[in-house]
Amino acid sequence: MDSASSSTAERKRPRFSIGEAVRVRSGAPIGHCRTPHYFRGVLGWIERYCGAFPNPEELAYGRDGLPEVDLYRVQARMTDVWGNSLYVGRPQDTVVVEVFDHWLESLETSSSSQR
Amino acid sequence: MSLEHSHDHPHPNQPDEEDAEQSVYQKMEVALRELLVEKNIINMEELHGIHEQMDNRGPHNGARMVAKAWCDPDYRDLLLLDATAAAEKLDLEPTWLHLVALENTTNVHNLVVCTLCSCYPWPLLGLPPDWYKSRAYRSDAVNHPRKLLSQFGTIVPDEVEVRVHDSSADMRYLVVPQRPKETEGWTEEALQSLVSRDSMIGVRRAREPTQRNKQ
Repeated sequence: MDSASSSTAERKRPRFSIGEAVRVRSGAPIGHCRTPHYFRGVLGWIERYCGAFPNPEELAYGRDGLPEVDLYRVQARMTDVWGNSLYVGRPQDTVVVEVFDHWLESLETSSSSQR
Repeated sequence: MSLEHSHDHPHPNQPDEEDAEQSVYQKMEVALRELLVEKNIINMEELHGIHEQMDNRGPHNGARMVAKAWCDPDYRDLLLLDATAAAEKLDLEPTWLHLVALENTTNVHNLVVCTLCSCYPWPLLGLPPDWYKSRAYRSDAVNHPRKLLSQFGTIVPDEVEVRVHDSSADMRYLVVPQRPKETEGWTEEALQSLVSRDSMIGVRRAREPTQRNKQ
């Protein structure tokens, strides 16, 4: 058993469940990451769990990206991404972005830390 | 039309392939290829096979999946549940892709973009069009999707949700457009001709039966 498969076998269950409200972290770390700027700090919900993948923030620098990180599709209303007055579309329009676990905060934590 | 064009001046020739300077990557490719062949790690037959396989990638692959989903409810269910398995079922190549199929309905219109670069399900759609990689497309798709869609001639009704999918990490997306009206009884093969590349990115709808022979 190599380290990749054993780490997969020992994986914990995903932290978030489908439909759960989450906030995307609003950090701005130096280096490569896959969380688009426009989506940072956005309030949304888990659309689906995609599986665990090597961390692109490590892969980008020639490392193995292990342990793998849970990846979710997070959906948010366009009006919550751009602001009610700035989004020229319809209120029901949404965007779904792939976000890794370490970029997500459960809503209780993020709301209490922001007060 | 009748303007005289005398030939006392030279016209520049279009440069031949060999006249352009080779990039460092082109030189690297030639060196690596020749070494691999010389050391019998790969032979020219295999190399041609790979080239042919790559050249055969195109939207006709995605169109097969969509047309089958239009005709076969079980296949549609599989496609929406596990699009990679659905591709494998048609012996299509992308077994290594984490593919997600997005079905357009009367309530939702899906649109795919990769705002960070140009991620695209190329085994199913071929190489992405240049506009897909442009900054204008990548920003407008998430910022003004309805305006962008209207530029492609696609007007999404006010009551329909526009759902934009940003291919920001490991998933790749295939839009399943709505089946055009008045195609009852069409064979899967005939339906494939209505499934354009653009309809599988989500910027247009599938072709209408009257547009069948237009590109």
